[in-house]
Amino acid sequence: MTTLRSSSPWRLTASGLAKLGLNGRALVIAVPMIWLLVFFLIPFLVVLKISVAEPMIARPPYSPLFIEGQDGWSIKATLGNYAYLFEDSLYINAYLSSIKIAFFSTVFSLLIGYPMAYYIARSPEPKRSLLLILIVLPFWTSFLLRVYAWIGILKGKGVLNAFLLKLGVINEPLIIMQTDIAVYIGIVYTYLPFMILPLYANLVKLDDALLEASADLGAGPISTFFRITIPLSLPGIVAGSMLVFIPAIGEFVIPALLGGPDTLMIGKVLWTEFFSNRDWPVASAVAIAMLVLLVIPIMLLRLAQSKQGDSA
Amino acid sequence: MAEPSLAADAKPWRDAAAKPFIRIKNITKKFGDFTAVDDVSLDIYKGELFCLLGGSGCGKSTLLRMLAGFETPTSGTIEIDGQDVASVAAFNRPTNMMFQSYALFPHMSVEKNVAYGLLREGVPKPEAMVRVADMLRLVKLDGFAKRKPHQLSGGQQQRVALARSLIKQPKLLLLDEPLGALDKKLREETQFELIRIQETLGVTFIVVTHDQEEAMTLSTRIGVMNDGKIVQVGEPPQIYEDPCSKYVADFIGSVNMFEGIVDAGVPDTLRIKSLEAGTELLVEPPQGLKIGQPVSVAIRPERIMLTREKPESPNVVYGEVEEVAYLGNVSTYRVKLENGKTLKVTKSNRLHDEEPIMWDEKVYLSWSKAAGIVLTE
Amino acid sequence: MKRGLFLPVVSIFGFLFLYVPIVSLVIFSFNKSKLVTVWGGWSTKWYGELLNDPQILGAAWISLKIGVVSATLATVLGTIAAMVLTRFGRVRGRGLLTGMVTAPLVMPEVITGLSLLLLFVAMEASFGWPAGRGMLTIIIAHTTFCMAYVAVVVQSRLTDMDDAIEEAAADLGARPVRVFFDITLPMIAPALISGWLLSFTLSLDDLVIASFVSGPGASTLPMVIFSKVRLGVTPEINALATLIVVVVAVGISISWFFMRKRVKT
Repeated sequence: MTTLRSSSPWRLTASGLAKLGLNGRALVIAVPMIWLLVFFLIPFLVVLKISVAEPMIARPPYSPLFIEGQDGWSIKATLGNYAYLFEDSLYINAYLSSIKIAFFSTVFSLLIGYPMAYYIARSPEPKRSLLLILIVLPFWTSFLLRVYAWIGILKGKGVLNAFLLKLGVINEPLIIMQTDIAVYIGIVYTYLPFMILPLYANLVKLDDALLEASADLGAGPISTFFRITIPLSLPGIVAGSMLVFIPAIGEFVIPALLGGPDTLMIGKVLWTEFFSNRDWPVASAVAIAMLVLLVIPIMLLRLAQSKQGDSA
Repeated sequence: MAEPSLAADAKPWRDAAAKPFIRIKNITKKFGDFTAVDDVSLDIYKGELFCLLGGSGCGKSTLLRMLAGFETPTSGTIEIDGQDVASVAAFNRPTNMMFQSYALFPHMSVEKNVAYGLLREGVPKPEAMVRVADMLRLVKLDGFAKRKPHQLSGGQQQRVALARSLIKQPKLLLLDEPLGALDKKLREETQFELIRIQETLGVTFIVVTHDQEEAMTLSTRIGVMNDGKIVQVGEPPQIYEDPCSKYVADFIGSVNMFEGIVDAGVPDTLRIKSLEAGTELLVEPPQGLKIGQPVSVAIRPERIMLTREKPESPNVVYGEVEEVAYLGNVSTYRVKLENGKTLKVTKSNRLHDEEPIMWDEKVYLSWSKAAGIVLTE
Repeated sequence: MKRGLFLPVVSIFGFLFLYVPIVSLVIFSFNKSKLVTVWGGWSTKWYGELLNDPQILGAAWISLKIGVVSATLATVLGTIAAMVLTRFGRVRGRGLLTGMVTAPLVMPEVITGLSLLLLFVAMEASFGWPAGRGMLTIIIAHTTFCMAYVAVVVQSRLTDMDDAIEEAAADLGARPVRVFFDITLPMIAPALISGWLLSFTLSLDDLVIASFVSGPGASTLPMVIFSKVRLGVTPEINALATLIVVVVAVGISISWFFMRKRVKT
């Protein structure tokens, strides 16, 4: 039996509980909130702060933002580091080259990824799951080691050249390692699954009846593909493309391992600036500039993902 | 256990002195700018099986969720058995709910699902298990105790959900579209099962449904909701025979509606001029109408007679049969009047001797003075 | 038909592209010759060398410890964040939390690494914690970006779940904490497991962020691999890669087996 408690003591416990519950709630919200504020948001403010400081030979190697002078505190900030990014053509070239490499890698990934995603989405069930697992499987093995594997394949005396020489397709070994081509291969290889998964999630929902209706109304397969399938899978295309483009822009490991000394990418420049030149303010300015570059792609990704509902 | 006196027989709502068990006073619920429930007041008596009936988005589910404690009213009070429950959290309310989706715990057996409420209340496990077994017997699920919900049929899941919500013997059981997920035949059987269980336990039920037939079968009283407001409360025959507005008349069952203007009245008869009917409509005079006032007259399809010969009747119109649908026990006709208006007529198929009226036949439609319901809103 | 052939051909090419590097790593790990691409006969000597390399073993041990701790922390924090975002309604700061939970997913690693390092340096300068950099700072960094992945995985599971099931438990008298442990947790357990495994893998795999926030004496496995690989191809690393592939393949097979068994019952 549910006994109804007499109202006055009951009210007391209720308010007590409400108070406790409310505090518990606030506590639960506070835990992830504080963690992310301290270890995600504040670090950006620190980067922003250091990007307007001057490099100094000190520990840490930059000038303080707030300076205690005779008449209290004053702020010392400079845009010199940003100006420097424009003065030295190295940075501009690195930016343009990053955009170029990321863009073409995205296009190649789309050209390979779209047919694969389409093929998987149209496969009958047991096969479809198996193929999907095959796409995801490389994720779980070391990214670094998979990129490393390409060195063995692409280098002068590598597997690819040995194979092609044996077939007689070429007479001289191809020079691929330490060129931009190797970087393209590495990026497409690494991020192809990121392209395929959102495309698959979109294409698998495509209703067969739509394609049949289009055919029924007199459109050929090619016309149907360009007029029905492509427009409907646009959110998947955008999401997949951004998931390749965004990490490709900031990529460090692939150009460092597969690219040559001429391969310019901002991720690599930032790394060098920080570890080799120990110029923290310039490295910070490079980071901020990279973020600015990524704002539009990130917004596109958000838009595509909200249109697609879930996935990715 | 004393035989619970059934609200269905006692009809306490007819007694002005009877004390309501649940008092909903001026309840309003807003979600941002949208008013889901708009100043609803409602008294429900102990042992009732009360149906909240309305289309989707009318606010009936929101009202139910406020009774359960899942939503907080924007204003107004709810009293259950004399206790104001406004500040009582869902887990402390003397109410239980049966969810539309059943919301069975998928990782627990039937037995554990049903026992869950008792164990939270601190009932010792052996006692809880005895009561669970009793309850499963009541809903005819003995032998299924160890099954997981996904191993049961839809009808069985529905009964587990019912058993789980009844095990704590709540003062008030809230049922959200309890039969909505069942197919038609099972739904009809289950309706009577639900009434049997309600009468056995004497628990007060509030059922939310969009199905007017279900509401008519189940309830002691129906509250019809529209746009967040209760538009009429009454016993099923009252709602059907004497709807208070065009909305209710149209929502419950099917109806033919004529617009008209009150003309002169003689004793026992009121004339209503209606261009739509192409004639004067004669009805039994209700109270408080003025000459010249615009009104609607609603006539149920089954109250209209179809004849080939002109009958002796206060209301007679002439038309041509456009469509006939044979439904087994009844046939429905659509008859087009000379002025272009189409009427629905239902005719019982009891009589075999008669030559049935067919398409394109010219027929007379007639009805009594009592058939016309005069509506002012 | 042309289209009928086009799709499978591209797909086969695509799958080859994905798997040839992995297969070649495995094959050449058994190569006797030190010259990775010249076949010198079968041998398992590189496995022997790998198991006798204290630098790699030490780094692997550090990476495993970091992986387990950060995956666990990330799972706890990510689950709480997902609960707040899906079950707490319109709380203050919800927008901020949503942004902070999803942003690490698209943040380039170099930026995350740099910003966290600069934070740790500033924190140490201001109030002496964390003193120096090493395992602790790597764990904090990995927890932060892994919790984003956990939150996304758990959030999608929570959104798919019928709210009424938790309401039913509350309706039957369970308090919020009780509802979480009795109902929510068992129902999202699969998402928690995949979130943990994903975090563990990401942590084990991370080179860039760890390089920024690590200190002397706390070189993770990817850091050691990277420094070795930069100097050229080493068969020892092939052997290591093969071991990782085997572990992953076995793990996936087991989970595949259990999933199929579960579907059957």
